[in-house]
Amino acid sequence: MSKVEPLVIIGSGPAGYTAAIYAARAQLSPILLEGSVTAGGALMNTTEVENFPGFQKGIMGPALMEEMRAQAEKFGTRFITDDAVKVDLKGDVKTIQDGSGNTYQAKAVILATGSGYKKIGLPKEETLSGRGVSYCATCDGFFFKEQTIAVVGGGDSALEEATFLTRFASKVYLIHRRNELRASRIMQQRAQNDPKIEFVWNSQVIDILGEDKVSGVKIKDTVTGEEKSLSLTGLFVAIGHEPRSELLKGQINLDENGYVQTTPASTKTNIDGVFACGDLVDHVYRQAITAAGTGCQAALDAERFLALHGIFSA
Amino acid sequence: MATLILTDATFETEIKNATTPILVDFWAEWCGPCKMIAPILEQVAAENVGKIVIAKLNVDENPKTAQALGITSIPTMNIYQNGEIVKTIVGAKPKPALLADLAAFL
Repeated sequence: MSKVEPLVIIGSGPAGYTAAIYAARAQLSPILLEGSVTAGGALMNTTEVENFPGFQKGIMGPALMEEMRAQAEKFGTRFITDDAVKVDLKGDVKTIQDGSGNTYQAKAVILATGSGYKKIGLPKEETLSGRGVSYCATCDGFFFKEQTIAVVGGGDSALEEATFLTRFASKVYLIHRRNELRASRIMQQRAQNDPKIEFVWNSQVIDILGEDKVSGVKIKDTVTGEEKSLSLTGLFVAIGHEPRSELLKGQINLDENGYVQTTPASTKTNIDGVFACGDLVDHVYRQAITAAGTGCQAALDAERFLALHGIFSA
Repeated sequence: MATLILTDATFETEIKNATTPILVDFWAEWCGPCKMIAPILEQVAAENVGKIVIAKLNVDENPKTAQALGITSIPTMNIYQNGEIVKTIVGAKPKPALLADLAAFL
């Protein structure tokens, strides 16, 4: 068993890395479990980030995360490229176990495990995953050159994916269950002005067609109930995210959708010494900059909590 | 590196001649999850010498093989035994989960 650390941060991404930058500069020498295959978080699968302040020319999502990680490392963050698989958050000393069986003990913990993509929930979605069904446009767009494909969803990520996919595909349907989008105006305009993108409004995907590979989708009009099929070879699912809070169930207060509940205007959870930030908490804003902002708050809250217990540095 | 690099030119021969199960990781430079799984595959290769061969095929430089196999997502990891695909794993996953998937071959 290792010594008791002041602070362990679970999860990378803008929230975890920013928390680490602040905590490391406060000389808390935080340990950050960045995830074995999810290090860097959701931005690792994006392309150009155009709205992160300070980067007027835009920056690639993975490059932005590399910068944040390096900044956290520079001030003394210790990175563990593994997942937290078990936590015990009660009591004065919290215990975290990683996927390789190592155990960490800490006086304070910051939770920043973010969110994962949501699935539609159709049986064929599973069997045709990797055979035309995809959750990562930047990874898989390449395989759909000159083909007809669809993106399901109506938020910024769905529109970003649709726009990105026009580099490869000859036609991209944007299937959305309502007749208006959640996405920002600039993303909407860009997609609406794109001759390769065709909007399919008020439509829900009710079946994926094809046995060995995707050959189409069956959609249902959410207003008239009318059903029809679209022929296509690729289906990109971008219908939103759900918090990665599985690990925390039964330990910490979650809302009905699984998001960690925090005291308003702070990152405090219902357990002393445990703080939460980023997309694990936020289902409203969900931006890189807001995640970074709450990561900063979590580090400051943790720092204050530790100072109250007489811990000022590692 | 403990992994074997395959190309469109060598793919079939290597699969046919393999004396142990062979896992082929189809990947590309632009794919974030591919980069995440790469070091894990290196470890699995180094820890299981003689039991399984871990090979990699860059789909950007070698599009023919991936196309012939109908691969549409990366990383895809196909496991071959006696020249036949016996298992397909799609997407990056943590090492314990990957080892569980490979248990039958190790």
